[in-house]
Amino acid sequence: MSNARFGLAVLAVAIVIAAASRLVTNDYFFSAAYTVLQFVVLATAWNILGGYTGYVNFGSAAFFATGAYTSIFLYKAVHAPLPVMIVCGTLMAALLGLAVGYLTLRMRGVFFAIATLALSVVLYTLVVNWDYVGGARGAYILQPRQMPFGFTRYVQVLFSTMLLMAAFSIVVARVIETSAIGRGLAAIRDDELAAECAGVPTLRLKALAAATSGGLMGMAGTTFPYYLSYVEPGAAFNLSYAVNSIAMPLIGGMMSWMGPLIGALLLGTVQQVVQVTVSSEWNLLIVGFLLVAFVTAAPRGIMGWVSRRFGGSGP
Amino acid sequence: MEFSSALFLNAIVAGLLLGGFYAAVSVGVSISFGMLDVVNIAHPGFIILGSYIAFILSDRFGWDPIAVSLAVSPLFFLLGAVIYRIYYICFERRGQESLRGLAFFFGILFITEVALVLVFGVDYRMARTAYSDTTWRLGSVDFPLRLVVPFLVSLAMVLAVQAFLTRTFFGRAVLAVAQDPLALRLMGVRTLRVKEFAFALSIATAGIAGAFLIVIQPVQPSLGREYIGLVFAVCVLGGLGSIWGTLAGAFILGLAESFTSTFFGPSWAPAVSFGLLLGTLALRPSGLFGR
Repeated sequence: MSNARFGLAVLAVAIVIAAASRLVTNDYFFSAAYTVLQFVVLATAWNILGGYTGYVNFGSAAFFATGAYTSIFLYKAVHAPLPVMIVCGTLMAALLGLAVGYLTLRMRGVFFAIATLALSVVLYTLVVNWDYVGGARGAYILQPRQMPFGFTRYVQVLFSTMLLMAAFSIVVARVIETSAIGRGLAAIRDDELAAECAGVPTLRLKALAAATSGGLMGMAGTTFPYYLSYVEPGAAFNLSYAVNSIAMPLIGGMMSWMGPLIGALLLGTVQQVVQVTVSSEWNLLIVGFLLVAFVTAAPRGIMGWVSRRFGGSGP
Repeated sequence: MEFSSALFLNAIVAGLLLGGFYAAVSVGVSISFGMLDVVNIAHPGFIILGSYIAFILSDRFGWDPIAVSLAVSPLFFLLGAVIYRIYYICFERRGQESLRGLAFFFGILFITEVALVLVFGVDYRMARTAYSDTTWRLGSVDFPLRLVVPFLVSLAMVLAVQAFLTRTFFGRAVLAVAQDPLALRLMGVRTLRVKEFAFALSIATAGIAGAFLIVIQPVQPSLGREYIGLVFAVCVLGGLGSIWGTLAGAFILGLAESFTSTFFGPSWAPAVSFGLLLGTLALRPSGLFGR
């Protein structure tokens, strides 16, 4: 399937889901589905750098929060409309990804991983000390009164926006995967030295992947302030974003765009159920154990298992 | 300018005392990451675990937390050996250690943190000791014993590790593994045993450093994350695989943080280690005293 047709197909699926969701009257459904879709975006974005290139990003929360706090800043400064927030948040997070990537991707992958881990702590420190966006107390954001496209509740608007974002991320991931960029990234993952010798512009490709991945994560965060109406640094920098965006691609499979999607839908839904029926701490503990279990016992995830089981071409 | 010179001297002393503690926190990573090439980002998780074990035992039985941690360090040693075994079987042997090994340790860090939250909640805990409230004064300079005692035991521990690595046969084997594991294997050494022992030793130091931590400051489960940047900054700054380098890096970082919190406010201190880490990686990736 060509990328254009794939994009149209994904868009069509998203529109059908959005249209069908108008029949749902339960607000909780939208709230839960929004969270799951947010993880679809985060997992897909993480996989662009983690799965295709082999560089581990532990700082998903930092990129996510960059998007969220760009929105808060724009809300406080100029009351910008949502689309402007989305574009600006995405760009800011992409710039952050580019900067961190350019500084640390020249060295062994471990250093990038460590830098992204520390990045969350530092950005958190910055935000806590920055009173304009609420500091440690947090910031209140009011949802707009008027709804576009005849929606009746704002949570539906957010759900549909996140649905479009998820569709967009999947298309971006698939375009990268099937293009020359994707082949370059795969070459880096398999043997970086050989790739460099073969003329692959490794640093440029890695920086591009880091920027794309970071930008998409930031995009997922831009609607977060409207979703919660109240954002404090601890919520925006929650470690569960980092853990989930690693666990989901690892569980689903990292070689194609479908892995993170499956992982996010599965793990995201399970978490919504556990969170309601048990507690959110247990829910995080389950994610942690699943992450360790899959990484030790099923290193290629569900997709790897499926392709081995049914004799598919395999990654 | 009497006041500011006293402030300056106090910042130096506090930085050096803190640096000694940072050396104890980082020496384990210097072994696991610097010598064995095992990127153990869960190291701070084990430190916090050590803090809580020292806290419970000292809280319940009134024992000194640091003495308790020395007594339970064999347990941490065993835990380290088990974790290295799993890591070796699942990742190192298959040659997949880079990405999946990192995710593995990240998962362990996360599980430790969430499990501690489930058991103890998110309250800050601090261990009380006989010397917690005593402060020696030398002129205008303060020497709070709650920093001095961990500092002295830290130095003793780091020097003991250094002596073990350079003076004993087994310790030299660890250094040899760090230099060329293949050559060692060809000479008939079971490198797995050597690496397992060294990794276990690194986790044992984490358990002891945890007791220092809870004597110095209040601890809550997610504190470990703040130490990830710190331990790796110290190791990279000093040069990977060098214990003396780690010691020097720890003192530099301790001084930098102490000056930042004295002159700019303590809420900025976490940014220092990251700044140093990024700066070192960008300017001199082999560290100040790198091999």
